[in-house]
Amino acid sequence: MYEFDYHKPVDVAGALETSGGSDDGLFLAGGQTIITVMKQRLAMPSDVIDLNAIDDLCGIRVKEDVISIGAMCRHADVASHSDVRRLIPGLADLAGKIGDPHVRNRGTLGGSIANNDPAADYPAAVVALGATVHTNLRDIAAGDFFTDLFETALKDSELIIRVTFPVPEKSAYEKILNPASRFAMVGVFVSQSVAGVRVAVTGAGPCVFQLPEMEDALMRSFSASALEKISINPGGLNSDLHGSAEYRAHLIGVAARRAVTNAC
Amino acid sequence: MPVVSLTVNNKPVSKDVAPNTLLVQFLRDELGLTGTHVGCDTSQCGACVIHLDGAPVKSCTLLAIQADQCAVTTIEGLAPEGGGLHPMQQAFREHHGLQCGFCTPGMVMTAVALARTTPHLAEADIRHGLEGNLCRCTGYQNIVDAVLAGSQAMRETK
Repeated sequence: MYEFDYHKPVDVAGALETSGGSDDGLFLAGGQTIITVMKQRLAMPSDVIDLNAIDDLCGIRVKEDVISIGAMCRHADVASHSDVRRLIPGLADLAGKIGDPHVRNRGTLGGSIANNDPAADYPAAVVALGATVHTNLRDIAAGDFFTDLFETALKDSELIIRVTFPVPEKSAYEKILNPASRFAMVGVFVSQSVAGVRVAVTGAGPCVFQLPEMEDALMRSFSASALEKISINPGGLNSDLHGSAEYRAHLIGVAARRAVTNAC
Repeated sequence: MPVVSLTVNNKPVSKDVAPNTLLVQFLRDELGLTGTHVGCDTSQCGACVIHLDGAPVKSCTLLAIQADQCAVTTIEGLAPEGGGLHPMQQAFREHHGLQCGFCTPGMVMTAVALARTTPHLAEADIRHGLEGNLCRCTGYQNIVDAVLAGSQAMRETK
């Protein structure tokens, strides 16, 4: 790992001030991706700004029909939170399927979505639940947040504070994982709410995406059988040693039907 | 150089540390606690699992300085003072839960944390709970048997 200066601010203002004053500052959340990247010398930040002492980025709050989750909430906390499990079971289930127990004890919601790994789980929930990402500068709708492979709408020195998830009527996440890395080969999150049905896919493409054809079919009939005749075009999907684009296209259908069946 | 102050196996430690030092390097190279192993170094194998404020984490994916003001427990800190083995260590021994032993410290640390959070473990809980720990020798069966027995022994010795 290259050398860097380490900072541990206790509030958001301190984090932004340190970031603004650094040549090439890096926010450190759970570190489950970035520390490995730094070990491989694929990142060379001048300053690492550790967010782990900032209370304002923590905590899960439930208000009427919305669950607000702090950017530094760890996957294990979301997975085990009684209100999240009761109100958005698909979200708690997703958090409990990320990586392994040790990763879930460190990894955070904010870190996951800021990184926007194409095989990360959380982007599927953020998009399918129509969540809003709140930063120090603005509120970003889920559909505008994830822009491309490892790219988001976040600007330099913009920090995710919280993410708010509207409570749906039903939700479920189905993950078909790579057994070695535990990343999603294909993950499909389905939600049904007064706003309609959303189906978001992670792992299959360069970036999370929605499937309007499935959403329309599920609006007419929220059942696995409504999806049976829909075939997924493999064009633009990921193809690697773990699976071809055609295989992933097939898995999307399998995962989507399972998610609809399990939605609650 | 910044200073990191923490407790390791209930003993206070305070040392200068370069920010780019991993916790596992600090434990092994600075404190001589070589029971915590470095297997993959890419956060996959779990040989480096320690408890940070009671929660099992991979010490190869944490900066030493991040453990400032925290309580760390390593495999060396499990057994009771004055000799003997922790019930989970004893169970691994009795059930042949290891062959080469490289993954064992991480397996045991994960298993102890699992048994503390879920006292009545089923086999499926154990297999799910060990997903972050890789063993290339045993085929896992004896490890699962050991964790089942170890968790029962932990309940009985409470």
